[in-house]
Amino acid sequence: MNAGFRLLDPVRQAEAVKALRAILPPEAVLYQDEDTKPYECDGLSAYRTLPMVVALPQNEDEVSRVLRACSELKLPVVARGAGTGLSGGALPHGKGVLLSLAKMKCILALDPVARVARVQPGVRNLAISEAAAPYGLYYAPDPSSQIACSIGGNVAENSGGVHCLKYGLTVHNVLRVRGCTVEGELVEFGNEALDAPGYDLLALIMGSEGMLAVATEITVKLVPKPQTARVILAAFDDVEKAGNAAAAVIAAGIIPAGLEMMDQPATRAVEEYVHAGYDLNAAALLLCESDGTAEEVADEIARMTAVLKDSGAYDFRISQSEAERLKFWSGRKAAFPAVGRISPDYYCMDGTIPRKRLGEVLRFIAAMEKKYGLRCPNVFHAGDGNLHPLILFDANDPEQLRRTEAFAGEVLEKSIAVGGTVTGEHGVGIEKINQMCLQFTPAELEMFRAVKRAFDPDGLLNPEKNIPSLHRCAEFGRMHVEGGRLPYPELPRF
Amino acid sequence: MEQIVKRYAEQIRAAAADKRPLRLRGGGSKDFYGQSLEGELLDTRDYSGIVAYEPSELVITVRGGTPLAELEAALREQGQQLAFEPPHFGSGATVGGMVAAGLSGPRRQAAGAVRDFVLGVRMLDGRGEDLSFGGQVMKNVAGFDVSRPMAGSMGTLGLLLEVSLKVPPLPFAEATLKLELPQDKALATLNHWGGKPLPISACAWAGGELVLRLSGAPSAIEAARALIGGELVDADQAQAYWRGIREQTDPFFSTDKPLWRMSLPSVAPPLAFPGAQLIEWGGSLRWLACKADARSIREAAAQAGGHATLFRAADKSAGVFTPLAPALARIHRNLKQAFDPAGIFNRGRMYPDL
Ligand SMILES: Cc1cc2nc3c(=O)[nH]c(=O)nc-3n(C[C@H](O)[C@H](O)[C@H](O)COP(=O)(O)OP(=O)(O)OC[C@H]3O[C@@H](n4cnc5c(N)ncnc54)[C@H](O)[C@@H]3O)c2cc1C
Repeated sequence: MNAGFRLLDPVRQAEAVKALRAILPPEAVLYQDEDTKPYECDGLSAYRTLPMVVALPQNEDEVSRVLRACSELKLPVVARGAGTGLSGGALPHGKGVLLSLAKMKCILALDPVARVARVQPGVRNLAISEAAAPYGLYYAPDPSSQIACSIGGNVAENSGGVHCLKYGLTVHNVLRVRGCTVEGELVEFGNEALDAPGYDLLALIMGSEGMLAVATEITVKLVPKPQTARVILAAFDDVEKAGNAAAAVIAAGIIPAGLEMMDQPATRAVEEYVHAGYDLNAAALLLCESDGTAEEVADEIARMTAVLKDSGAYDFRISQSEAERLKFWSGRKAAFPAVGRISPDYYCMDGTIPRKRLGEVLRFIAAMEKKYGLRCPNVFHAGDGNLHPLILFDANDPEQLRRTEAFAGEVLEKSIAVGGTVTGEHGVGIEKINQMCLQFTPAELEMFRAVKRAFDPDGLLNPEKNIPSLHRCAEFGRMHVEGGRLPYPELPRF
Repeated sequence: MEQIVKRYAEQIRAAAADKRPLRLRGGGSKDFYGQSLEGELLDTRDYSGIVAYEPSELVITVRGGTPLAELEAALREQGQQLAFEPPHFGSGATVGGMVAAGLSGPRRQAAGAVRDFVLGVRMLDGRGEDLSFGGQVMKNVAGFDVSRPMAGSMGTLGLLLEVSLKVPPLPFAEATLKLELPQDKALATLNHWGGKPLPISACAWAGGELVLRLSGAPSAIEAARALIGGELVDADQAQAYWRGIREQTDPFFSTDKPLWRMSLPSVAPPLAFPGAQLIEWGGSLRWLACKADARSIREAAAQAGGHATLFRAADKSAGVFTPLAPALARIHRNLKQAFDPAGIFNRGRMYPDL
C-alpha cells in the first residue's frame, strides 16, 4: 500500500500536455505536482500515485476529443468522478491521463411525467433526488456517500445503498448510458424505453469501473416517493441472533425498504459521534424499515415486529415521526465517518455472503482481530448479505498497514469460501485484484480480458484494475504457497 | 449430471473444430422468435433440475433445461415467484430458453425484467469451457457483469447450464380493475399514476378498455382502488385474463398480420398506424398488428426514442431486430468473437452476422 512511485518521462508528459491543450483551455490541463496532487488517490487513500496529466473536460465533445488524442498517443486514461470510491478504481496511472468528469455536472433534462432525468456524469447522486423532489419523485439508489459521489461513479461501480434490497442497485435504476469508447467514438447503451435491441450492454457497463467506456450522459429512472416510512430499531444480545432475525423477516415474505445491522463496536463508535440514541449494551442492532401508504406501513411494521420478537430481539423502538426515523438512520448512515473519528485510518471491506453464513463469518473476523491485533467493527447490509467490516489502523505505521492488508485479504478469501464474493458494491479496483485470482478460474479471467478487448483493444482505459493479468495471478499464487495453498498449479511461476 | 455437461462440451468442441453451426434448443416454445434457426440441434433438456434453493436468501439456482413450469411450481410452494412473470409460449418452455429469450411479462413494469433478476450463470462458451459468472448473492461487482447480458442474447454467446435468480415473495393480495378510456387518455393517466406511489403491477389497454392489476398489502390495494375507481374483475377471470396477455392467447393476438413489439418511452404519443394496438407496461410496451412497412414502423419507434421488433411474422425479411449503430455493432461482433470464436451458437438467430 505504499505511495506509488513514478518514473516521470518529461518528453512523454510534454507530448500529452501539448495534445490536450489543443483541445482544452490551459486551466483544464494540469501537470505540475501541486496541481495534480488532489487527484493522487480516491477514497482508498492508502494507495497514491500522481497522474502524469489531469484533464478537465467541460462537455461530451471535449471528452471525445481527449480520448481520441489519448488513444492516438497510446496514453492510459483513468476516469474519475468525485473520487469517493473505496477500492482505488480512480487511482491514477503514473504514465497516463486522469480524466476528471467533475466539471460536467449539469442536469440536462428532468421529465416528471416520463419520470426520467438525463444528467451529466459529474452530477452528484443526491442532487438528482433534490431536483426531483418538487415532483414527489427521487432517484432510488442511495449510497451513504450520496452527498458527494457522482452518478458516473455510481454507474462505474454499480453502487447500492441502504434501500437497494427493495429498490435495486444502480443497474436497476438506469435506462441509458451514453459514452465514448477509448477511440472517442460515441455509443449509447440502452435507451429511453425499457429495453434496447442487441445484447444488454447497459448491464455490462454497470460496475465496469471505467474500463470499457467513459460515461458522458446518463438517463436515470425516477420513482415516486413513498407516502410514509417508519423504521424499527431492534436490539439483540447476540450477533448471530440478529443475523437470523434478518433472515426470518425475509422468510416471512416481507421485503423491508431497508434492513441494516451494526455490531456493538460500530454502534459505540457512531453513538459518540451522532447521538442517535442507540442501546450501547446491545451486541447488535437491526434497523428494519417499512414504506408505503400509512395503512400498509402500519400492517407491515406489525408483521415485522412479530417476527423480530420471535427471533429474540429484547428491545424495540419504532420511529414515531419522520424526525425520529432520520435520527435512527443517522447512526447507520454516518458509520464510516464515525469510525474515521476513533481511528486514524480505517479500511472498509465489502464482501457479500449468503446471509445464513453470517455467524460463521463474524466469528472468523473476531478471530482475525486477535490474530492481527487490530479492531474491526462491522456494519452489514443484512437484507442482501453485504458485509462492511472496518479494520482500524494507522497508515503512518507501515507494520500496521501490512497487518491490515493481510487481515483484509483473509476476510476476502473467507467471503469466497462461504460462497460469496469479494465485493458487493465498492468494486475490485486495485484493492481486491489479487483475490480475483481466487474467485475466478483462469478461463473466466481470460473471458473478462476478452470482454475488455472487445471495447478497448489496446487496454488503455483504466489499465491494471479490476481484472488481474495472468502474470499477477501467478505472482499472487506464488505468495500464497507459503500459506500452504497453490491456487494455480498449472500456471508458470515467475 | 456432470456427464451431460461433458457431452455438451464435446459436442460444442466438435462443432467448433469444423465451424458447424449448433442450434441450442430447450422445449422449442420460442422457435418462432428471432431471425433464423440454423444448425445441428443441441437439446438442453437433459440438464435439468433445481441445484439449490434457499427461500430465506431469496435465491434459486436451477439448471437450464429445467421446465419453467417446474421452477414456478417450486417457488410457489415457498410463497415466492419470478417477479418478471415470463411468458412460456408453450408447455415445453425451459429456464435456459426463458433467460436467453429475455422476455418478461405484465409484471415487468413494476418489478423489472429477466436481466434484473439474474444473479449468476454457469455456461459453456464456444470453446466448450465451463465458466461461471456472478454468483448466488444479491450484490456482486467482482469482474464484469457477464451474467445479466445473457438475458436476451438468444443463445448466441453460450449454452446456459445453470442460472441463479433472485426470487421475491408473492404479493399478499391482488385486485384487477377495468376502466373505459380512449388511448390518449389511457396513456396520460398511466403516466400520471406512474408518478404516484400506487401498487400497480400490470396494465393492458386495448380497444378503449384499460385493465389494471394492483398487487401488495390489502390496505394499499384498498387505498389505490378508492383513488382509481373502475370496475372490479372477478379473481379467476382476472387470472385468466393476465395469463392471456402474458402468453399471447388473448384474442388480440390472434391476427394474421405481422405482430410488432414496440418498446418506447411511456410518454410516447399514440402511434399513427392502422391496425389494432395493445399497450402494456404503463405505456412502454406497445403491440401493433399491422401490415405497414418495416421502415416506417422502425422510424416511428426510433423517433419516439425506442425500437421495434418484428415479434411474430411469416415473412422476416425486413429483419426481426432493429439494426445496431455502427459502433455498437462492432462491439457486438467483438463480444461474439470473445464468447464464440468459431461462430457456432445460434448463428443468425439475432442478426445475420452474429
Ligand atoms: C463514506 C463513504 C460511504 C460510501 N457508501 C457507499 C454505499 O453505501 N454504497 C456504495 O455502493 N458505495 C459507497 N461508497 C463508495 C463510493 O462512494 C461509490 O463507489 C461511488 O459510486 C463512487 O463514485 P465517485 O463519483 O466518487 O467515483 P470515483 O471514486 O471517482 O470513481 C470510481 C470508479 O468509477 C470510474 N468512473 C468515474 N466516473 C466515470 C465515468 N463518467 N465513466 C466511466 N467511469 C467512471 C473510475 O474510473 C473509478 O473506477 C462510499 C464511499 C465513502 C467514502
